Amino acid sequence: MWLLRSLSRIAGISGIAWGSLAGPERAWHWLFLTGLMAGGLLAHNVIGQPMPAESAAPLWLIAATGLLVGLGTRMGGGCTSGHGVCGLGRRSPRSLVATATLMTLGVVTVFIMRSVTGGAV
Amino acid sequence: MKAWPALISGALFGLGLTLSGMSDPAKVLGFLNITGEWIPDLIFVMGGAMVDTFLVTPLVTAREAPLLASTFSVPGKQLLDRRLFGGAVLFGIGWGLSGYCPGPALVSLLCGYKSTVVFCVAMFAGMALEGPLRRLVASS
Repeated sequence: MWLLRSLSRIAGISGIAWGSLAGPERAWHWLFLTGLMAGGLLAHNVIGQPMPAESAAPLWLIAATGLLVGLGTRMGGGCTSGHGVCGLGRRSPRSLVATATLMTLGVVTVFIMRSVTGGAV
Repeated sequence: MKAWPALISGALFGLGLTLSGMSDPAKVLGFLNITGEWIPDLIFVMGGAMVDTFLVTPLVTAREAPLLASTFSVPGKQLLDRRLFGGAVLFGIGWGLSGYCPGPALVSLLCGYKSTVVFCVAMFAGMALEGPLRRLVASS
């Protein structure tokens, strides 16, 4: 919200991440990402939030999901934060469709994976 | 002048994602597992953020201009299309398989896990592939 108020930008992480490599005005993208990671460090090291366990999935699967997520955000024009949080706040119909779709697919995928692997992954 | 809001917004976002448990892939998968042992905590994180932006965004964009820029840069009203839907489908599958989405993955890069590094590298590769793939589909 502060980002929108002062710089008029939408805080969608996927868009900011991509913009840090590809877009014009890379400086503020990098600053946002630096802040993002600093926020994480602060939570773990100063506030004492325990670090989450590393994902148990094999690395090839992680790589495949990274590809899907990256491709999906560029095609769909946003991710959980851009569509789900900022887009719904702006009452964007596109974001509503995108959020409903990605949440549904997430739920279905987890259901199928748990059925197939018996809850191992 | 524009530096501080970007840095501070990022830090707030990172703090929020980490403290709420959104950067823990096991918790995210538990949240998506509504047919099994559902871990509902994260609904307050996403729900809270949505209520927040839903109420505050109109107040912000009702101002004539942002504090530090000349106009608001928000996405225009585009049509609902197959591309948006397809993108969200791929995203949802990837998210459901690993429990990582872009924000949490980037925020936990510094935890020093191989998985988050691999995920982020692959995510950028996926983003970079989108353009060439789209042109390939368009030309065939």
